[in-house]
Amino acid sequence: MSRTVGWLLLAALAAAPPLALAAGQPFYVDILTRLVCLAAAATSLNLILGHGGMISFGHAAYIGIGAYAVGIPAYYEIYDGWLHLLLAVACSALFALATGAVALRTRGVYFIMITMAFAQMVFFAVVSIEEYGGDDGLVIDIRSEFPLVDLEDSLTLYYACFAVLLGTLYLVHRLVRSRFGMVIEGARGNERRMAALGFAFYRHRLAAYTLAGALCGLSGAMLGNFTNFISPEMMDWTRSGELIFMVVLGGTGALFGPLMGAAVFLLLEELLSGWTIYWQLPFGLLLILVVLFARGGLAGLLEGRRG
Amino acid sequence: MADEPLLRVEDLQKSFGGVTAVDGVSMEVYPGEVHAVIGPNGAGKTTLISLLAGELRPDRGRILFGARDIARRPAHARAKLGFARSFQITSVVPGMRVLDNVMLAVLARDARSFGFWRPARNDPALIRPAVAALERVGLAEVAEERAGAVSHGEHRQLEIAMTLAAEPELLLLDEPMAGMSAEESRRMTGILEDLKGEKTMLLVEHDMDVVFALADRISVLVGGRIAASGAPEAVRADEAVRRAYLGDEAA
Repeated sequence: MSRTVGWLLLAALAAAPPLALAAGQPFYVDILTRLVCLAAAATSLNLILGHGGMISFGHAAYIGIGAYAVGIPAYYEIYDGWLHLLLAVACSALFALATGAVALRTRGVYFIMITMAFAQMVFFAVVSIEEYGGDDGLVIDIRSEFPLVDLEDSLTLYYACFAVLLGTLYLVHRLVRSRFGMVIEGARGNERRMAALGFAFYRHRLAAYTLAGALCGLSGAMLGNFTNFISPEMMDWTRSGELIFMVVLGGTGALFGPLMGAAVFLLLEELLSGWTIYWQLPFGLLLILVVLFARGGLAGLLEGRRG
Repeated sequence: MADEPLLRVEDLQKSFGGVTAVDGVSMEVYPGEVHAVIGPNGAGKTTLISLLAGELRPDRGRILFGARDIARRPAHARAKLGFARSFQITSVVPGMRVLDNVMLAVLARDARSFGFWRPARNDPALIRPAVAALERVGLAEVAEERAGAVSHGEHRQLEIAMTLAAEPELLLLDEPMAGMSAEESRRMTGILEDLKGEKTMLLVEHDMDVVFALADRISVLVGGRIAASGAPEAVRADEAVRRAYLGDEAA
C-alpha cells in the first residue's frame, strides 16, 4: 500500500510541473523543485537513520557542501556542471568519511551530538569566510552548465532534480536489499550479536554514512542551482532537524517514507505559514502525535502498522 | 580423542574491582568433544565464556586456539577464526525474519559482506545453508516470522541455528536451556545430542541432567577456580565437588 502511494506520488511529480505551467502557475514548479531536492536529501538520510539506526543530526551539512560546490566555482566563473557535481559528491563523501570515522565510535545521544557538532563546524567555517559572503551568502549568477541540458529553464531544472530523486531512491532501494544492507540492518537491531557472528560492522556503517553523505551532497548541488542563492543557513542545525522530521514523519526504513514526509512537510509549511506566523507549533504537535501513535510514520499507517 | 587440544586456556584471570570472577583457570577442549562447565551461581561461568568469546579482556593468561594466542582479539575476529557463541539471554535481531537472522550467520562466514548491489534475500548461496540450519534445529516452519515474534523456546533454537550456520570450529553454548519448559528442554537436548561428535562444544549449563547426558568431560568451576575436571562419572564421584556443588543442588 505504501509502495502504491509512493509510486502514485512519483507519477504525480512527473506529470504536475507542465500542467502547472500550462495553468499559468509557475510558482508551483518552484515548490515542487524544492520538494524533490529535499525528498532526495531525506531519502539519503533514511539510508543511515532508518536502515542503519545512525541518527545523524548533521545531515544538512551535506546540502550545504553540495550547494557551495556549485556556488564557489561559479564565483570564479567556472560553470562546468559535471565539475560541480563531482566536487559536490567528492567533498561530501570526504567530509562524511572523516567525520563518520570519529562519530561512529560513539553511540546513542553522543552520536547525535557529535554529528551535529561537525555540521556546526562547517556552518561556522562558511560564516567566517568573507570572500564567499560569510553569513550573507553567495549569489549564483549562472547555473551549472551541461551539454544539451539548460538548467536556466525551470522545467529542465525540475526534471534534472527529479532524476536525482529517482536515482537516489533506486540506489537506496538496491543498497538496503544487498548483503551490505543486511549487515547494517542487523547491526541496528543487535550489535552484540553481529559482533559475535564475526561482523566488523564499523566499516559497513562508515561506508553507509559516506554514501549517504555523498548522495545528500548531490541533492544539495541541485538545491543550490535551484535557489540561485546559497548561504550558511542551508546547513543550520535546524535544517538537519527538518530532514529528520521528514524521515520520521514519512516512516523510517520505508523506501518512499522520506518522500511522503517531505511532501507533507512542504505542503503544511505552505498552508500553515500563510495562515499564521506560528506555523512551527502545529508541526511540533504533529511530530509528537506521530512518535506516540504511529511509529512507522505515514508509510507505516498505509501498511496498517502502528509500529 | 586427538592429542592436540583445539582450545587451550592457560591461567586465565579476570577481576572486576576487588572481585576476582575468574581466578587462574586452565582447561583444554579437544576436537570433537563436548566439554561442559558447571558450577554454582556466581562461580564465574558467564565471565569465563565472555572471556573466551572476546567480549571481555583477561587481566592475565592466554587463550590458545590452535597455536594462536587470541586472548586479546576482539569478538568479531574470534568469530572469523571459527568461534560461534550462543547467548544465555536470547540475542537475535528482533526486527528481521528468523531466516534473515540465520542468513546473517551464513553471510558472516562467507566474508563477502560488502556486496552493494545484488539482492541478498533471494540469494541461494545464503538461503540454502540457512534453511539447512533451521531444519536441523526444527525451525523451518517459522522461517518467515519476525524473530522478535516467536516463542522463547524457538528463540533458543534460533540461537543454535545461528551458531550452526556459521560452521564454526568451536561452539560456545552459554546455558542453552535457560528458562525453557521441560518439553522445550527435551527438544533442545535432542538437538545437541544430534550435533555431538560432529561439533566441538564448550557447554556452560545449569541443568545437571543435560550436562550428564551430553558431556564427554566436565569441569567444575567454584569461586572462579576449576575445582575438578574429568569424565562425568569421575566428577560425579568426586567428594570435593559433591560438597561444593552437587550437594548444594540436592539440598
